[in-house]
Amino acid sequence: MKRWTAMIAVLVTLVVPRLVLAEPTIILGVDHPPQPLPIAIPNFVGNGPDAQAGADIARVISADLERSGLFAPIDPKAFIQDNASTWQSPRFQDWKLINAQALIAGSTQILPNGQREVAFRLWDVFGGQQMHGLTFKSSPENWRRMAHKVADEVYKRITGEDGYFDTRIVYISESGPKDKRRKQLAIMDQDGENHKNLTDGSVLVLTPRFSPANQDITYMSYFNNKPRVYLFNISSGQQEVLGDFPGMTFAPRFSPDGSRVIMSMAQGGNTDIYVMDIRTRRSQRLTDSPAIDTSPCYSPDGSKVVFNSDRGGEQQLYVMGADGANVQRISKGNGRYATPVWSPRGDLIAFTKMAGGQFQIGVMRPDGSGERILNTAWLVEGPTWAPNGRVLAFFSQDQRGVTKLHSIDLTGYNERILKTPMDGSDPAWSPLLDNQ
Amino acid sequence: MRLQILSVLAAGLLLAACSSDEPVETASTQGAGSTTQTGAASTGTVTPGSAEDFNQNVGNTVYFGFDRYDLTAEAQSQLQKEAAWLQQYPQHTLTIEGHCDERGTREYNLALGERRANSVANYLTALGIDKSRISTISYGKERPICTDSNEACYSQNRRGVSAINQ
Repeated sequence: MKRWTAMIAVLVTLVVPRLVLAEPTIILGVDHPPQPLPIAIPNFVGNGPDAQAGADIARVISADLERSGLFAPIDPKAFIQDNASTWQSPRFQDWKLINAQALIAGSTQILPNGQREVAFRLWDVFGGQQMHGLTFKSSPENWRRMAHKVADEVYKRITGEDGYFDTRIVYISESGPKDKRRKQLAIMDQDGENHKNLTDGSVLVLTPRFSPANQDITYMSYFNNKPRVYLFNISSGQQEVLGDFPGMTFAPRFSPDGSRVIMSMAQGGNTDIYVMDIRTRRSQRLTDSPAIDTSPCYSPDGSKVVFNSDRGGEQQLYVMGADGANVQRISKGNGRYATPVWSPRGDLIAFTKMAGGQFQIGVMRPDGSGERILNTAWLVEGPTWAPNGRVLAFFSQDQRGVTKLHSIDLTGYNERILKTPMDGSDPAWSPLLDNQ
Repeated sequence: MRLQILSVLAAGLLLAACSSDEPVETASTQGAGSTTQTGAASTGTVTPGSAEDFNQNVGNTVYFGFDRYDLTAEAQSQLQKEAAWLQQYPQHTLTIEGHCDERGTREYNLALGERRANSVANYLTALGIDKSRISTISYGKERPICTDSNEACYSQNRRGVSAINQ
C-alpha cells in the first residue's frame, strides 16, 4: 500500500467589505434533525484536463455533505454565475436568487512539481463574507481525500463539530448462501469508494476494528480452525495472531492509544475479559466470573471499560474500571443488551438491544440513563461510531440472510445504506485520517 | 429533511418471508437427540466403527433451548449412545462443535456456542471418554444447518455436533 504524501493546507482569503449579518450555522441537537442548509457547490475551476478533476472534486464534496443529512446541495442546473468568475469574485445576488445560504467555490491544478493543488473558499452568501478558505496539496491520486478534507472543513465551520468524511470503514464483505456464507475482510472509504478486499474468503473472519492510533486492524479469524484474535497491518498487509491463548479469543478492540487490545477468551465453557499489550505481549485478566463476559470497549480516556455479561441471568451492560474493579450494571430497560461501544466523545454508549422479538440500535449515557432507540428491525447489530461521535454505522440482516451496512444520525434520522459491492456486516469506522 | 423509509421496506420483506410455505427440514420433528443424516449410504453398507457408522447409526447432534447450554434428558440419552460407541472404537478422536441460532448477537453467540460445546464435552468425559480425545470449537451463529427464519429452524441450529476427526 502506497504511503500518503504530505497534505499541506494553506489559508486563502479574499478581502471583502464586512457586513453584520448572522452567518449560516447548523445547530446540532440530539432530539430532531435540523433543516438541511441549502448550499451551492459549483465545479472547481481547472484548466484543460483539470476541468474534469474540478468537476469530480465538487461531486465528492457535494455527496459527502448531502449524505450527512445536514446540507441540501442545490442542483447545479439552477446556478446563474459561471464557476470561473465565482471563484474570482462571487456575485452574491446571483446566489441569493437560488437561495444558497452557503457557497463553496474552488479551483484545482497540477503544480510544476507534479502535485495536485486544491483550493476552496466558503462564502456566507447573504452576509457577503468569506467564512473559510484553504489550499491543499498532495499527490494527484489523493484527489478524493482532498475533496473529503474540503467537506470536513466546511462541515466543521458551519456545524462547529469535527467532520468525518476523510475516513475509512473496515467491514466483513459477505456472499453466498446463508448456510455457506463466504466472509472476507474488506476496507473502503466512508463513501464506498476505493473498495479493497483484504482477505480471500477461504477462512472465516469476523468483527474487524480499527486502531484509533495507526493503520492497524484487529479482527477474529478461524485460520487453521483455531478461532483467535489477529492483527492486520493495512500498510504492509502483514497478519499475525495476537498472543498464545489456550482457548478461543474474540471480540477484540484497541485501547484508545492503540497500545493494547482488549478481548474475550473462552476456555472450558467460561468467557472472561483479557487485555494484551501489543508490544510486550503481556496479558492481564480483567474479569473472573462464571458468566459470559464479552464485547469489551474502553472509554475514550482509557479509564473505564464497558462490556456485555449475563452474570445477572441475561445479557446486560456493565461498566468497570480499566483494572477490572468496581463492576456496575448500567443497562436498566426490559430486554437483552449487547455490543456496547463508547462514543469517541465519551458522552454516550451505543448498543444492540433485543426486545419483543426485534433487534434495536440505541444509545445511553455511560451511567445508563437517557436510553434512546435509534433503529428497530428484524435484525440490526453492531453499532460503530464515526470519529465525531455524531453518526453511527451498523449492519442489518434480513430473513433470507442478506446483510447491509447502514449509517444513521445520532437523532435517529437520516438512515442510509452504505454502498458495498456485495453484502456487508460488522462495520468499524476509522478515526479521521491524518495528513501523512 | 429527507428520510429513507428503510424500516418499512424491511418489514415488507419480513412479511413476505413469513408467508412462504417452504417445508421445514425433518430434524426438528424428530426432536432432541435425533440423528443427523450426513451420508447417502444405507445402514447396511457402512463400515462398523467408521465416522459414517457413527453419524448414521448413533447420531452426532444434540439440541439446546434458547440461550441455554444445559443438556436435556434427550440430549443426555443421545450422548450416552455416543459415549458407548466411542468406548467401543477408542481409535477415534472428535471435535465438538457448538452452534447457536441467529437471534443473538455475534460475539455473545460465540461464547454461548463455546459453552454448549463444553457441556457436551464434559458429559462425554463424565461418561468415561478420555479428555485427550475431545476438542471443542464454537461457531456461534456462523454455521446454521437450517436457513429458514422460524423457531423450527432455530431449534435445529442451537446444537452441539460431535464430529469424528477424519
